[in-house]
Amino acid sequence: MKSKKRSRLGETWHRLKKNKAAVIGLVVVIIVLLVAIFAPLLAPYPYDQQDLSNVYAKPSREHLLGTDKFGRDNLSRLIWGSRNSLIMGLGCVALGTLFGITVGSIAGYFGGRVDIVIMRIMDVFSCVPMLLMCVVIAAILGPSIQNAILAIAISTTPSCARLIRANILTVRDKEFVEAAKAIDAKSPHIILRHILPNAIAPTIVATTMNIGNSIISGATLSFIGLGAQPPLAEWGAMLSEGRNYMRQHMELVLYPGICIMITVLAFNLLGDGLRDALDPRLKN
Amino acid sequence: MAPLLEVQHLKKYFKTNRGMLHAVDDVSFTLDAGKTLGVVGESGCGKSTLGRTILHLTDATDGKILFEGRDITYPTRRELSQLRQNMQIIFQDPYSSLNPRMSVSETIMEPLKLSKKYSKAEIIERTKELMATVGLAERFWNTYPHELDGGRRQRIGIARALALGPKFIVCDEPVSALDVSIQAQILNLMLDLQEERNLTYIFITHDLSVVKYISDEIMVMYLGQVVEKAPSHELFRNTLHPYSKALLSAIPIPKVDAQRELIPMKGEVTSPINPRPGCRFTARCPYVEEKCHEPQVLEEIMPNHFVSCCRCREINEISETVKGRN
Amino acid sequence: MESNVLLEVKDLKVEYHTDETVVHAVNGVSLTLREGETLGLVGETGAGKTTIARTILGILPKPQGHVTQGEIIFEGRNLLELSEKEMRKIRGDKIAMIFQDPMTALNPIERVGDQITEAIRLHNKISHAEAVLRSMDMLEMVGIPKERYPEFPHQFSGGMKQRVVIAMALACNPKLLLADEPTTALDVTIQAQVLALMRDLTKRLGTSVILITHDLGVVASTCQSVAVAYAGEIVEYGTVYHIFNNPLHPYTKGLFDSLPDLDVSKKRLKPIRGMMPDPTNLPEGCTFCERCDYAMEICARKKPAVYEPEQGHTVRCFLAERRVTDGAFAGSAASEKVL
Repeated sequence: MKSKKRSRLGETWHRLKKNKAAVIGLVVVIIVLLVAIFAPLLAPYPYDQQDLSNVYAKPSREHLLGTDKFGRDNLSRLIWGSRNSLIMGLGCVALGTLFGITVGSIAGYFGGRVDIVIMRIMDVFSCVPMLLMCVVIAAILGPSIQNAILAIAISTTPSCARLIRANILTVRDKEFVEAAKAIDAKSPHIILRHILPNAIAPTIVATTMNIGNSIISGATLSFIGLGAQPPLAEWGAMLSEGRNYMRQHMELVLYPGICIMITVLAFNLLGDGLRDALDPRLKN
Repeated sequence: MAPLLEVQHLKKYFKTNRGMLHAVDDVSFTLDAGKTLGVVGESGCGKSTLGRTILHLTDATDGKILFEGRDITYPTRRELSQLRQNMQIIFQDPYSSLNPRMSVSETIMEPLKLSKKYSKAEIIERTKELMATVGLAERFWNTYPHELDGGRRQRIGIARALALGPKFIVCDEPVSALDVSIQAQILNLMLDLQEERNLTYIFITHDLSVVKYISDEIMVMYLGQVVEKAPSHELFRNTLHPYSKALLSAIPIPKVDAQRELIPMKGEVTSPINPRPGCRFTARCPYVEEKCHEPQVLEEIMPNHFVSCCRCREINEISETVKGRN
Repeated sequence: MESNVLLEVKDLKVEYHTDETVVHAVNGVSLTLREGETLGLVGETGAGKTTIARTILGILPKPQGHVTQGEIIFEGRNLLELSEKEMRKIRGDKIAMIFQDPMTALNPIERVGDQITEAIRLHNKISHAEAVLRSMDMLEMVGIPKERYPEFPHQFSGGMKQRVVIAMALACNPKLLLADEPTTALDVTIQAQVLALMRDLTKRLGTSVILITHDLGVVASTCQSVAVAYAGEIVEYGTVYHIFNNPLHPYTKGLFDSLPDLDVSKKRLKPIRGMMPDPTNLPEGCTFCERCDYAMEICARKKPAVYEPEQGHTVRCFLAERRVTDGAFAGSAASEKVL
């Protein structure tokens, strides 16, 4: 009747499944991911194929969503755009979280002066607005998707570090950490085996929510010309390109805008659901 | 036979914003192999800190700890590793003392893996043995702490403590968080283990009836100091220190018409931060006098029965001559 | 000298519905409480004691908690049939509750005196100034100098906080006080003081108390009657003399046997083997059957009904029934032990 044989992962999945919003989010995320991965197969045209005789075309059989001001197929650019937008969103989050966890763990576990120094450095970084950081890095290294990812990652590191540090502080004083010391575990083992696995759950949720933000940040950077460089297709860049012609050709802004919105919403729903599924006690 | 553990004038102070917290202040005792020392007291008396200091989970501020005759107060890394094989701890809270992300078997195997002394097969074998020893069925191999009740979780903690084959275990309120019927199961288990393996225990608790049942000798602590130390039966038959008396009178007895007269204690517990010299019980003691504010000495008032109270003899009407050697 | 019946719980059944299962928390509990009486509701974790208290007060967690059967008659009215509005008038005023953890029962950013005043004004149409005076009286009554009225909870120790909580609960002079493990989190010496305070106050004010605890010592020193709870049922019920001097149910006996004794030296404690059954999957027949040393064949099949071997002493056990009817019990002599 009751199967207590489910592993932790299984239980989490089971709880997640019951949250309809989260499941919708998950499905959309998977769809977007698949589109991004299989973009070359799915897109009917290359993203940079111009057809100046056929600009601003209405939706037709050849061009299901019409063309843009250079006659490039909108659908193909949206599909290819998913790739770049996701790369930026996921890349920043991955990198930022990696930096944040490393820095935050060290600060949180060792405490004392190490903690103070690291966190003050983080404070300095968090005072610099992301856009400014990006402009500076672009100025030094040149504008590109990779540099935009780096900039966004650096600017999200402080909040991630702070979050992980706070979690580590709560876990560090738990008795099972003391118990680990009593059985002669050394610091690296304690951090990796005992502290991080227990501190990371809130981070997973924050990270998933961050993906949404990062996609928007990436789009923003591309919008102002610091991220994806033309002719790369990226939703934010597409927004920028369509901006000037919004009145007559609203679809050029609408299509990428809707894509961004749906993707970010999906990640947020998933993140919310994950939080509830990972620790049901939080809900009750 | 030399005692297994000897603690001399142990002190543990913590620096706080408001001053020096005297958590453990000048505690001394010896403990023979195979015996149990009960440490009793209420919150803030320092009993938990005492246990953790002996185990080097926190560093001593002053004093000496001798294990099997050797001074282990400030061990090297190597010595500490060695010590950890011999000295272990069982915690109070079976909920927070287990890593919620590790299964029963993983928790018990961890000390074995860390010691690097056993092969993979040996580790699995030993873990199975340990689970059987503490009464955990093998079907719990892959279960997680949150799926088990308090009693079973505590058994995991005990198995973990036994894994490396220690001689000495600090038991920090191991049954306080358990239901009464489970308490009895765990206490019996601990006694059986002690007999089989000649284990030595320091049993920390606030529950006087439990401590009487399990200890050979009992030490009563108040705000970091030892106020009375005596063999188990002697302490209850002949309670000498005013605090011990008050403590005993406060225990609710599960018998009708057997309630003791509650010995009242005035006021509140004083702060262990920057304490004034002298007896720390002065703020609440019904017998307090001027000389109580001078530093007190743990004196042997009766054979093997030590009390830290300058008015002890007067209060209990003991003549000076009653003082023998055992 | 029997006083009036204040509270009558009749055959109460409460369930918690979660997504996956149904937890049978309370399974047919009946209790009677007279004016001025202190009833000890004893049992271990999961026996359903807190659920019973919450149901009386009408604070079962929604939407999981469901009362599926039973009545709770208080002052002639069935509490289960009252609307939330009517219950609010009763809560705090006629029935009050104090909980285990004094740290979380008080609002940390509100002055202690104000919290009592608030409780008073919620149920009495009196001026603020008068309510403050009454609060100060309450503080004095629980042994806290009234000068401490404007202090905050963090300035008090655990025992003092619990006294404040008691003051708040008794401020409106309720007829019934539900105390859920009020001293479990306190040191033994503080516990003794707080229990003495509760005994004294409730006697003076004539308050009836249901004292929930797992500590038989607390029951012996504070209660007149006892109900032993196990797996959502009351397995034994009687005066404190009945339960302590003549325990009939094997569980009750088992509880006493597993206690270390301060006076007598026990060689080994006699624990009750096994564990309380899973409330989502209760066994047919007697809930204690699996752990019982005296289990008979009938115990696994049928649920024992409530049986009264002596006046005022009831037990749910086939063995007790059999013993008394077989005459192997001094049943008739026991009925002379009337309070």
